[in-house]
Amino acid sequence: MKIRAQIGKVLNLDKCIGCHTCSVTCKQVWTNRDGVEYAWFNNVESKPGVGFPQQWENQELWHGGWQLGKGESLRPKIGGKWRILSKIFANPNLPQLDDYYEPFDFDYAALQNEKSEQVVTSVRPYSRITGQVMDKIERGPNWEESLGTEFKHRSKDYNFRDVEKEIYGKFENSFLMFLPRLCEHCLNPTCVASCPSGAIYKREEDGIVLVDQEKCRGWRMCVSGCPYKKIYYNWHTGKSEKCVFCYPRIESGQPTVCSETCVGRIRYLGVMLYDADKIETAAATTNPEDAYEQQLDLFLDPHDPAVVEQARRDGIPDAWIDAAQRSPVYRMIKEWKIAFPLHPEYRTLPMVWYIPPLSPIQEAASAGSLETLNGIPDINSLRIPVQYLANMLTAGDEAPVKAALNRLLALRAYMRRFQIENVRDASLLQGAGLSEQQIQDMYRLLAIANYEDRFVVPTAHKEDAEDPYHQRGIAGFHFNQSTTSGKSRFSLWGQQGVRPEIRRHTVKGG
Amino acid sequence: MNWVEYFLFQIYPYLCLSVFVIGCWARFDRSQFSWRAESSEFLERKTLKWASNSFHVGVLGLMMGHAAGLLTPPQLTEMLGLSAHAHQLLAVGAGSVFAVFAAVGGAGLIYRRVFNKRVKATSRPTDLFILLFVYAQLWLGILGLPHSMMHSDGHTMEILGEWCRGVLTFRSGLPNLLTTIPWVYKLHLVTGMTLFLLTPFTRLVHVISAPIWYVFRPGWQIVRQNHHVANDET
Repeated sequence: MKIRAQIGKVLNLDKCIGCHTCSVTCKQVWTNRDGVEYAWFNNVESKPGVGFPQQWENQELWHGGWQLGKGESLRPKIGGKWRILSKIFANPNLPQLDDYYEPFDFDYAALQNEKSEQVVTSVRPYSRITGQVMDKIERGPNWEESLGTEFKHRSKDYNFRDVEKEIYGKFENSFLMFLPRLCEHCLNPTCVASCPSGAIYKREEDGIVLVDQEKCRGWRMCVSGCPYKKIYYNWHTGKSEKCVFCYPRIESGQPTVCSETCVGRIRYLGVMLYDADKIETAAATTNPEDAYEQQLDLFLDPHDPAVVEQARRDGIPDAWIDAAQRSPVYRMIKEWKIAFPLHPEYRTLPMVWYIPPLSPIQEAASAGSLETLNGIPDINSLRIPVQYLANMLTAGDEAPVKAALNRLLALRAYMRRFQIENVRDASLLQGAGLSEQQIQDMYRLLAIANYEDRFVVPTAHKEDAEDPYHQRGIAGFHFNQSTTSGKSRFSLWGQQGVRPEIRRHTVKGG
Repeated sequence: MNWVEYFLFQIYPYLCLSVFVIGCWARFDRSQFSWRAESSEFLERKTLKWASNSFHVGVLGLMMGHAAGLLTPPQLTEMLGLSAHAHQLLAVGAGSVFAVFAAVGGAGLIYRRVFNKRVKATSRPTDLFILLFVYAQLWLGILGLPHSMMHSDGHTMEILGEWCRGVLTFRSGLPNLLTTIPWVYKLHLVTGMTLFLLTPFTRLVHVISAPIWYVFRPGWQIVRQNHHVANDET
């Protein structure tokens, strides 16, 4: 057993209102630059829909993620190492700009500069790539906003497989949910595996996956490798970029920008301890439907003394173990089993999980037009088909999704009875397998969702990475544009690249 | 031997090689962020798909052919049982095939860089310049082919090889070797050296980072630790 820690994330889709605040704040911090105008490290998709980029979920089209090769060994779906190298001159699996959208802006100055008062001035969109006026905007980052565009197009949604989808095209049967997406910071990332330069890496201390911008040579294989299409090619710098999980904030104990600014309080951050030795076995499970359970098995109980002891031995700081014990993410994923990975069948072991949404059903249930069981609406008559959610979250296995939805419904029924009639009706919890204490905890975390409950982020131990003493006095007139240090061991301009570290001599065992 | 020839064939090679080595080192050391392939496939793929594949296969073939043909001492080729005549036939044959690939692909690449709206708008002037330069170099090489066919004894090739090896072994009097060489080859030599000179300042540096090491990388995943040396000691 080799224990590693990662800051995991859970998004409660039941509370997402699709306001795009997360996307906009993320954009303003990270991607309002040349070359990534089209890129959204965080975006919110209206579902059902083909998403962003178009049909990203359909790996028959994009070949992202992993597949089991001969002898049940894992290899990227775009191919083994030789095959990946053979695609280096022209990558047939690379999404094009039009699969996202042509980034546009408006010439607002025209409004003020117009001298004539005879005509009403209008501003026309222009392309941020070519600078030319665009006759028509063909696509945008959430082109299907709140079920925009016709059903024929939206129904190409990959999650509709094994679902009789035609009936959901009718207005009275239509359903809508929002899916905010960011990099999954996977345990078994395909982007890392498919990078020929070895520029992408996972940080051991917090699991954040980053692109080393200095080492990236722009071979573009990671864009194809990532099944979530969360690596973006910056056409201006010729390098790949991705969600950095706001690592400067995470390191200082703050939540990511998207989590911090979420007005619906749907985002949760917390430490997960997992067994790094079992990653490969879990990812290589024969039946894709087992992928969710397999990943669940990777996560270790931070309250187990044996796990704590091993974690200490593997160098995980005590503050992190403590945070793991208070992790909201762990409770939702492992204790209550109400959160699920997005498309576990891609075998990347994603670390951003989702609580499936309930549909607005209570009204219908009270009016008697819905099947109810013990006063709780029947899961099978939900507006959003369970199979659709299962295709998205558990590789098609309905049972765990149903169990989670039942728990969420039981939570609502119990708390409604308690708040309206002041009756603690434990009988409502029987089918859900929850104790009254658990209901209280779930209520506190999901409904009240206090800041300090949602975000349990321990600070990074930077003193492990660098001797802070050496950082003193590094900023001056050169503002980190120092002309005396370089990358290579032997600096070209005669001075030592890196100041020597002071060797600490401590007595062994002392 | 006039002073122009002396400069071009005795001094210029070292000028180019020095700039190439020091320039690449400096760029890698000081500005590694700028070290990339700068693919524009994201903006245009239809033409690039065949053009880039064809161009790269051709150019890489030609590069390896030139390296093998010019740097191998004739004693070694003869030991392998390859006469100068056969050696030249092999070079002309394989070279022609790769040249066709490179010429066709290069034409496609130039076409899209000039006429595709998106690629054009996002190109730097050096992008088109270096592409045209490489393409010109390619055609100078192709223009030398008729002469090679007419003089298939392999003598010209031997002289050129001797000159290349002479540069690398710091011989003097190099321009004297080239007195019988037609001007088209001399031009090809000069532009070829200039390519080395230009490499550190253009996207050509990506050739040096061809990621062949990828196939030897153990496993798939890369995990970086954040522990520094001093800490490991305790």
